[in-house]
Amino acid sequence: MSRIRKAFEKGKAFIAFITGGDPDLETSYELIKTMAENGADLIEIGIPFSDPIAEGPVIQEADLRSLSSGTTTDALFDMVVRLRKEIDIPLLFMTYMNPIYVYGTGRFLARCAQAGIDGIIVPDVPFEEKAELAEDCRKNGIDLISMIAPTSQKRIETIAKEAEGFLYCVSSLGVTGVRSEITTDIGSMVKHVKSVTDVPVAVGFGIATPEQAKKMAGLSDGAIVGSAIVKLVAQYGKEAVPYVADYVKSMKAGVMEASS
Amino acid sequence: METGRFGEYGGQYVPETLMNAVHELEEAYAHYKSDPEFNKELEDLLKNYAGRPSLLYYAEKMTKDLGGAKIYLKREDLNHTGSHKINNVLGQVLLAKKMGKTRVIAETGAGQHGVATATAAALMGMECEIFMGKEDTERQALNVFRMELLGAKVHPVTTGTMTLKDAVNEAMREWTSRVEDTLYVLGSVMGPHPFPMIVRDFQSVISKESRRQILEAEGKLPDAVVACVGGGSNAMGSFYEYIKDENVQLIGCEAAGLGVDNPKNAATIANGSVGIFHGMKSLFCQNEYGQIAPVYSISAGLDYPGIGPEHAWLNDTGRATYVPITDEEAVQAFEYLSRTEGIIPAIESAHAIAQVMKIAGQMKKEQIIVATVSGRGDKDVAAIARYRGVEIYE
Repeated sequence: MSRIRKAFEKGKAFIAFITGGDPDLETSYELIKTMAENGADLIEIGIPFSDPIAEGPVIQEADLRSLSSGTTTDALFDMVVRLRKEIDIPLLFMTYMNPIYVYGTGRFLARCAQAGIDGIIVPDVPFEEKAELAEDCRKNGIDLISMIAPTSQKRIETIAKEAEGFLYCVSSLGVTGVRSEITTDIGSMVKHVKSVTDVPVAVGFGIATPEQAKKMAGLSDGAIVGSAIVKLVAQYGKEAVPYVADYVKSMKAGVMEASS
Repeated sequence: METGRFGEYGGQYVPETLMNAVHELEEAYAHYKSDPEFNKELEDLLKNYAGRPSLLYYAEKMTKDLGGAKIYLKREDLNHTGSHKINNVLGQVLLAKKMGKTRVIAETGAGQHGVATATAAALMGMECEIFMGKEDTERQALNVFRMELLGAKVHPVTTGTMTLKDAVNEAMREWTSRVEDTLYVLGSVMGPHPFPMIVRDFQSVISKESRRQILEAEGKLPDAVVACVGGGSNAMGSFYEYIKDENVQLIGCEAAGLGVDNPKNAATIANGSVGIFHGMKSLFCQNEYGQIAPVYSISAGLDYPGIGPEHAWLNDTGRATYVPITDEEAVQAFEYLSRTEGIIPAIESAHAIAQVMKIAGQMKKEQIIVATVSGRGDKDVAAIARYRGVEIYE
């Protein structure tokens, strides 16, 4: 069983996202360590991309800050190597297909395995284009995380059948970012998934408060939070570590409430 | 379902949220493209609204002056809305309407595609929103007002380089947030399948007509077909019907900005490498880590870091040749065509004219070039004046 699957065995999971290298690599390293220490069960590290088409303004700006500070894919691999000496929860890379393809897909995934990355999330690679990554992921023991969206409908079964690690359930239409309300019927999407696979389902897009986290984790196996964390990094920059620590603690508590 | 490949290029690299929408479009297009009623309506629109067929004009003075091949100009600048963009837009907006959509969104660079989309939306009673890089809204302020006049809402895009690439990003983001009633009317032969195919098919009216027209005028096919390339829609439309005619040379003209060796250029075939972006595998200007490069051209319509996948494939197979044209060469061609033939071309189209000026003199008198004037240059007059140091503002 992969390290990602195991992370869901302990109960509902809190999954935290930050953009790697935002505002700089050193702060990013500290933030990831802090999130792990304060209850994150899995962490997604975004490899910044110049044109992140699935992101709302908060993560777009984080990508820009990271790239302007000189972050490269190689520098993020080095950071993960350092982090692996400190933390053992699953780490995932979230990025777009172009940075992976241009790095060399095989080379990228081999380095992921060496550095200790457990899975990758690539929002612009849908089920139909999975072949672009699947073989190299398998060879290197990296879980390729699939996504389902409110528009997936009949596609849910096809996607879920081949899902590995966990299934990323996109809560709402549109791009990443904080939403005051999530109106999609998450419960029935999760039920649909559960009818074809035992892969855990985590819900992301728009979750910002412990109440939302509790509600979404209650309907699924975990909650994914990105923009709300990145907003703190945008606000406090290099001083963001204690603020992110408190926030992660509160969100984890929300998720735990859903477990009980 | 097939995923639309041209060799290794093409594909459908979009977020899951959009997959049903692109499949829905694929199915609708497969149905309507052979539907006699749809085709009758489209033909009627092209003839009675857009003013097709466009002229194939013999540029006699230019031919004599350059002293070589006979030059014919395919006058897409004479279409309603002033460019080739209307060909694709009438097809796509009609398709959107048949699909039961009530709203269309589009990106635009120079504003030509935005104006065409706003026009078709006004005609067919659709809601319309246009995404345009903020820098382009300033370069082409008149077109922004034109779109608003036509009832469209224009969103200046302030992310990234604030040009065409960012307008595409933002239009895609908007589409993911509202797919049910909305069709993204893509303006070029790019993006995820089926867009490169649909836009090519609707634009191929250019070469369907020009092939027939040149056979009528000269009794033989041209030796070369020349068109400018950004994403590549007018070039694809100008080339398509000639692909099977192996003796017809196909030449695409890319925007080299300040020169292919200067960082300020947009010459994707000359400087790009294979990547996956904006829904497609194709060639892109980018760095070693796959970050898309900021590109530059005097022409807002060619200021794009990628190229349609079918062009990448035509380049690989050698069926078409792509050449870089600098700002300076394009501006000279802009002025030359204006003075010589009394035709003010779009600065985009002037890139094709510049190539004609380079090759015509070296060709024999019995040879023929067909060059596409993809749009008219009224929108560019103020920018060209500024380029020449005359401060005129619209």
